[in-house]
Amino acid sequence: MVARVGVILFPGSNCELDALEAIGHLGGTAELVWHGDRSVEGCDALVVPGGFAHGDYLRPGAIARFSPVMDAVRTFAADGGPVVGICNGFQVLTEAGLLPGALQKNAGLKFLCTTITVRVETTTTALTSLATPGDELRIPINHFEGNYTCDANTLAQLRAEDRVVVRYVDNPNGSVDNIAGVCNEGRNVVGLMPHPERACHRLLGSEDGAVLLRSLLASAGTPVA
Amino acid sequence: MVASPPSSAAVPLHRALGLTDDEAASIEAILGRSPNHLELAMYSVMWSEHCSYKSSKKHLRTLPTEAAHVMVGPGEGAGVIDVGDGIAAAFRIESHNHPSAIEPYEGAATGVGGILRDVFSVGARPIALMDPLRFGPLDDPRSRWIAEGVIAGVSGYGNSVGVPTVGGETVFDPTYQDNPLVNVFCLGLLPKERLVLARASGPGNLTVLFGSSTGRDGIGGASVLASAGFGDDAADADKRPSVQVGDPFEEKRLIEACLEILEAGLVVGIQDLGAAGITGAASETASKGGVGMDLHLSEVHVREAGMEPFEIMTSESQERMLAIVEPAKLHELLAICEAWEIRASVIGTVTGTGRFRILDRPGGTVLGDLPASSLDDDAPLYDRPRQEPAGRAGRMADRAEPGAPADVAADLLGLLADPSWVFRQYDHQLFLNTVEGPGGDATVLRLKHPTTGVDTGRGLALTCDGNHRWCALDPRRGTALVVAEAVMNLACVGARPLGLVNCLNFGNPEHPEVMWQLVESIGGMGDACRALSIPVVGGNVSLYNESRGRDIDPTPVVGLVGILDRLDRPPPGVQLRAGADLIALGPEPRALAGSRWAWERGYQAGPAPALDLDAHAAVAALVREVVMAGWLAGVHDTADGLGVALAEMAVRSGEGFRVAVPDSDYAWLFAESASRVVACVAPGHGDDVVRAAAAAGVLARPLGSAGGSDLVVEGLFEVSVVTATTAWRAALPSTLGH
Repeated sequence: MVARVGVILFPGSNCELDALEAIGHLGGTAELVWHGDRSVEGCDALVVPGGFAHGDYLRPGAIARFSPVMDAVRTFAADGGPVVGICNGFQVLTEAGLLPGALQKNAGLKFLCTTITVRVETTTTALTSLATPGDELRIPINHFEGNYTCDANTLAQLRAEDRVVVRYVDNPNGSVDNIAGVCNEGRNVVGLMPHPERACHRLLGSEDGAVLLRSLLASAGTPVA
Repeated sequence: MVASPPSSAAVPLHRALGLTDDEAASIEAILGRSPNHLELAMYSVMWSEHCSYKSSKKHLRTLPTEAAHVMVGPGEGAGVIDVGDGIAAAFRIESHNHPSAIEPYEGAATGVGGILRDVFSVGARPIALMDPLRFGPLDDPRSRWIAEGVIAGVSGYGNSVGVPTVGGETVFDPTYQDNPLVNVFCLGLLPKERLVLARASGPGNLTVLFGSSTGRDGIGGASVLASAGFGDDAADADKRPSVQVGDPFEEKRLIEACLEILEAGLVVGIQDLGAAGITGAASETASKGGVGMDLHLSEVHVREAGMEPFEIMTSESQERMLAIVEPAKLHELLAICEAWEIRASVIGTVTGTGRFRILDRPGGTVLGDLPASSLDDDAPLYDRPRQEPAGRAGRMADRAEPGAPADVAADLLGLLADPSWVFRQYDHQLFLNTVEGPGGDATVLRLKHPTTGVDTGRGLALTCDGNHRWCALDPRRGTALVVAEAVMNLACVGARPLGLVNCLNFGNPEHPEVMWQLVESIGGMGDACRALSIPVVGGNVSLYNESRGRDIDPTPVVGLVGILDRLDRPPPGVQLRAGADLIALGPEPRALAGSRWAWERGYQAGPAPALDLDAHAAVAALVREVVMAGWLAGVHDTADGLGVALAEMAVRSGEGFRVAVPDSDYAWLFAESASRVVACVAPGHGDDVVRAAAAAGVLARPLGSAGGSDLVVEGLFEVSVVTATTAWRAALPSTLGH
């Protein structure tokens, strides 16, 4: 059976087609889910893609969390379904309370589109099950608000529970503890700032993102070759 | 307070609106009576230089525009070419120079927004932006403020609207001190059969305005800003309200709604609202379709109450589109707009009268009534006087080159600047197409079908080029050189050119010397495009780039689109590989006139660099051949000089080199050429490259070899890769971004 990945489309999202293409390229099946829908029925995994949902007006993710589909996303996540938020999707998931912490403006106060290296810190999550701890992956980042922050107790808890999923090898944006991605307590909801879908094709400079999206497909029930 | 055009008893209204006395007389003759205020305001924007091309049209007609693959040439929203596999590419370039000088962030942002609408209004999904930018020197605080604001504006709007900025240029020179050039290029793809043009037809069809509401921003932008030069600071500050404010989120939804509407075949014709607002879009669709139109101002969704008719008709509020729709399809169109949260209003109807009428409401009072075609077709055309600048022959003969550099390495490093400080602020990877991104010779994108996503296995190549120094010395040859450079940039990634768009940035056309530059430049562009078989499919003319009575150096910028017939590996790139042989391909220039090195040292005379278009075509074909054959490990053009080419290849790959030039003469390093490249030959292919060069009749000069931790030019200088890389990286961040 091939799992179906739902890619949530908000007005202002812009990486949704890239997510579809990369998942398809890796042998998965993906389709768009409109933000106004109240159901994610039939989806085995969800991706909240990058972009500027609702223009990022007020604050990235601040309006998107109120989109009708988000209740269904919450229920899906609470039932253990794999959910990955990439970039703006990570911001949306923190605003929606599905992941701890917040993303503030980059140190240096500039938008940054460049390829960086992240280290895989844990492999017991929906996004990293096929990776090896310590793997260093070259993956593009593309954000203005990617500077992860949280209070000291949350940080201690994230560390104690091994919930920092990927860390920057050379911190590009000021994130606390070099955090590039985190997961929830159930380890089925993961948010990260780098764009794995941009690193899945040999002509695009790196294929290091493929192991992450393959992990997502595996966690959704797709047999992975 | 109700805004109204500047006017006083002493100045007749038409002059205050930028119309000459003769133009006002023509309007009276067309109407057979005196125009009222609203009509005069509409003529003033439509007959402005910016909208009518009245000073340049006669000369632009001399450019070659035809080829078998050209689907739409100049004169429409965007040029469109057939790129195979059922895919068409639509592209265009525009300037937003004056708004960016006044309000850098919004000026640049709305420049991006405007060019996007030109492309998606023909049914194409925009997939690539490029931004050729020119600013005053970095040691001038105001120029830094403008540069930072413009770059932030391109970043803020382009990233948010979701179209990657995949290339461009950033040039700093005193000629742009008070008048920066902000040019924006956009390319989109569409299924060939979906092409839609700006045509109204079918009396009884409806005129639908959709997108953002119409406000008081940008009133008279075309005539007040774009068609006049700058004076003193206080007066310029007063022009700030003429700069529009952009909303990329509105534009993003507008793109998606428009493409859905066009995919469903719901419109007869469609056009974006740019300069001249509703007046331009409505009258042009009517005029091109040979019909008339009635517009009802009460139906326009406006941003504030109490707007005057002339304000509604000439507002340049952003993110608006105008469509001609059959009544039976209106419901479906409105449903798509509602899903994307786009406001839409039926503001008029197509008529068979040929008249363009403005009514206060349906069936109400007629506020303006004129022949639809008169705003467009009857605009004045000028053959303005032109004159070769006095003393030019003497300056051309001036061979007083600067003396030898005290420190060749220092001079060379001073010419290096890593542009990544700029392009890292732009999303340049969205849509998973970017195989070679900004910073190389040309951008390479995977070519995928715009609706099915099927990868064609081929690639698109894009480049933007301009050079004010070459064009200041000799606008004709300089412009031909710019076209040639663009062709060579494409060749370096293995692409052959398919179509060119131009953005002609010049000074005040009422100065005969500027008019002479413009005509010479267009002539040179035509010469080069004919010789290299490139159709010109669109363009933009930006005149009145002057400040305090000083015109900018003539700066034609070209955007060139090409195709890679096979894209199965990345192009060689601007880099070196240790142990590889370095060979220069192409004729050898030694003249320093027009080079950046000489120019910055005060030598701004002599002839522009040499150019033989037939020889150039041979070099470009050779470079394409050896790149596509996979015989090169790196390649770079020498339009910035051989020294800069080698140094950039070194710092981008972290490899040094050891080369020799004849007589250890520094001039070989700084002389610039559009027709020569440095090839870093892949191991085992040296003979292949030399043989191919001989067969093509192209000079192949062994330079030395790549590798090592130093940049070495025998007898001239030796500098470490680390030192060079540090200088290259620091050039922009050391002055910008603080």
